[in-house]
Amino acid sequence: MLDRIHDLYDELERQRVMISFKGSLTEDLITALLGLVERKMQAIEPDQRVRKRVFNVVTECLQNLFHHNAHLKLADGQAITTREPHGVVMIAQNEQGYSVLTGNFMAATDVDHLKVHLDRINTLGPDELRDLYRETLADGQFSTKGGGGLGMIDIARKSGGKLEYGFVPYDKDNAFFSLNVNVTP
Amino acid sequence: MDALLLEGSAKTPHVHFDPETGLLELKGRSIPENSIDFYKPLIDWIDRYGRDPRQKTALHVQLEYFNTSSSKCILDVFKKLESIRAAGNEVTVLWHYEVDDEDMLEAGEDYAGIINVPFRMVQIEEVDDK
Repeated sequence: MLDRIHDLYDELERQRVMISFKGSLTEDLITALLGLVERKMQAIEPDQRVRKRVFNVVTECLQNLFHHNAHLKLADGQAITTREPHGVVMIAQNEQGYSVLTGNFMAATDVDHLKVHLDRINTLGPDELRDLYRETLADGQFSTKGGGGLGMIDIARKSGGKLEYGFVPYDKDNAFFSLNVNVTP
Repeated sequence: MDALLLEGSAKTPHVHFDPETGLLELKGRSIPENSIDFYKPLIDWIDRYGRDPRQKTALHVQLEYFNTSSSKCILDVFKKLESIRAAGNEVTVLWHYEVDDEDMLEAGEDYAGIINVPFRMVQIEEVDDK
């Protein structure tokens, strides 16, 4: 076990991981993680626009994790219900910029809808994304969480790249959703 | 009616709505998990203010960050102002953005394209969230 701490440290260092967290998410914890991201970005990234974009993407990704969450975790290969939303987040530097990775269990019934939404977003260029954002903002539809389908569009706009995602089916009710958002200058 | 005064926090903006002067301010950051809860009192306030508004109303929006959950709520704030203007009053939104923050400027332009209220884009050095 002790060796694995060094291996973990080494791996996080090699992957240039700024922040990684796995566990239950509360509103307070999200606030703390965002504060950490902000301070860290302030220290390492001179371009204010990139700093703001990374902060925006992390905010939206963490809030997606918080709201669209099946409240499940894996323990010894078994899915266990959790009281708080549960998930994993990792923010790393890469050659081009930054990578914001998130993962969580979600309802299997929502997978098709989300996949269609992400695939559509990935076909759009910056101007088309802006148009879609405006249309979605103006249509007056609110989701129960308030975003009304703007979150992923905004993430794609701030990223400037394609959204990389995957679904791993877990059981008939749940799937694990992974998202990688690259933010490049 | 009373002024609405809310101190800013790590996730919510500083709010100062003054019914005497018709000056409304929203400053700082707006990234709460549940924006509807935060914005409801603001929208209700403007609704009441709209029954007997000043001849001139100006809303200053000076945000460093806002999340998508806030963006629809902010649109609702603007819609309330739109009705006040439609009733024959002068209403202006002053949308502040930091130098080089093109994303925030674009966000203001997006609202200006949807809402029938004159927007003035105001470039600033840094968001003052005090």
